[in-house]
Amino acid sequence: MLENYVPIILFMSLALGLAVLLLVLGRALGPHKPSQAKSSPYECGFEAFEDARMKFDVRFYLVAILFILFDLEIAFLFPWAVVMDEIGTFGIVSMLIFLGVLVVGFIYEWKKGALEWE
Amino acid sequence: MDSILSLWAWLPIWLQSVIIDLLLIVAIMVPLILGVAYMTYAERKVIAFMHVRMGPNRVGWRGLLQPIADTLKLIFKEIIFPKNSNSYLFLIAPMLSLGPAFAAWAVIPFTDQLVLTNIDASLLYVLALSSVGVYGIIIAGWASNSKYAFISAMRSGAQMISYEIAMGFALVGVLMAAGSLNLKEIALAQEGGIHQWFFLPLFPLFIVYFVSGVAETNRLPFDVAEGESEIVAGFHVEYSGTAFALFFLAEYANMILIAALTVILFLGGWMAPFPIIPFTLIPPIAWFLIKVCGVLFFFLWFRASFPRYRYDQIMRLGWKVFIPVTIVWIVVIAVAKLTPLGFIFS
Repeated sequence: MLENYVPIILFMSLALGLAVLLLVLGRALGPHKPSQAKSSPYECGFEAFEDARMKFDVRFYLVAILFILFDLEIAFLFPWAVVMDEIGTFGIVSMLIFLGVLVVGFIYEWKKGALEWE
Repeated sequence: MDSILSLWAWLPIWLQSVIIDLLLIVAIMVPLILGVAYMTYAERKVIAFMHVRMGPNRVGWRGLLQPIADTLKLIFKEIIFPKNSNSYLFLIAPMLSLGPAFAAWAVIPFTDQLVLTNIDASLLYVLALSSVGVYGIIIAGWASNSKYAFISAMRSGAQMISYEIAMGFALVGVLMAAGSLNLKEIALAQEGGIHQWFFLPLFPLFIVYFVSGVAETNRLPFDVAEGESEIVAGFHVEYSGTAFALFFLAEYANMILIAALTVILFLGGWMAPFPIIPFTLIPPIAWFLIKVCGVLFFFLWFRASFPRYRYDQIMRLGWKVFIPVTIVWIVVIAVAKLTPLGFIFS
């Protein structure tokens, strides 16, 4: 079975090879005349005011945390969904209870305002 | 000829299969790159006609050589390195975008015979690779050390992971109906005509999946990551020349990938809509390509029709509309499976 994954590795390396080839081509065939103005970060034509790596809204961080939770739920649901027809009523009902718990958490975060952007 | 054949026979078996694989991969990648090139041409033409303009019509007959001219132009442009950037990350980011966008094609079944490698976890593999794509964007925005790029990277990172959840839940619905993670098996589960295709019983999931796909690829109307009128070009504002071309290739390859997946998961893959004679005369691969082109047309149509969403509206749509809809539909399928009505969803 594992030899089925060999073409995938080959495909990935070929795709990366294409990327490297294009970059090398661009470097070899394009001009290369860096200057102070050209290589300064783009900002409306002014000198950049400060470093771009500034403090950022914590809500993006919150979204990332919620994403991990929900993605984990999906990872649990995947194998369940595949064998759905074999596990019978018990399997389906227990997963529905699990989904119920998830939904309670979802309603909680909704009410808490974790999904608000204004 | 004989000497080539004897040389071929002399090679070890594993090397032979590697060479055959490489040739097959090239046979997928070259049409894909051409598809991307002509997708840009189709996009410009279709949108031009929707705006009652001509679109590109100078290079070649009706502008048909325009994408080739564009490629050549990009190759001969300078790749500029911004002075405060992290140069390694700056170069790795476009590769990280392009790699997964192309590598996902390794498991796409074009017909029931025509698939490079038929692995059982192919849907999982595609989902995993599409998650890797977000790293390219985040790293590009970080490495550029430009404010526009940084804002865009944050925005599109949050947007892509939000819609990935809705997408994942929609896929769970498909798995429940098909009972397999193998893309080929999923398509085969829809055999027997248009009434068997999953877009009918799973209609809400079909809509959620496709709209999430549009959001995942940062296309209009969800393109706040690139928003020309506010943050110029977003995460690739500092990229030029072929480094920019890599992002471009990745975005369009992802678009075609989403279209192909929509066709395989919901629109019956390579199957004809009616299993009777005038329809079955068209070869399966042609059906597949026709359907993919049809889905791709919607991407262009959306771009010409809808104004850009505001960022809070995008997040609200993803979290407060799509995720509840998909959870409800998963429960509906699960409950239906417990009753005699389960046949609707299989």
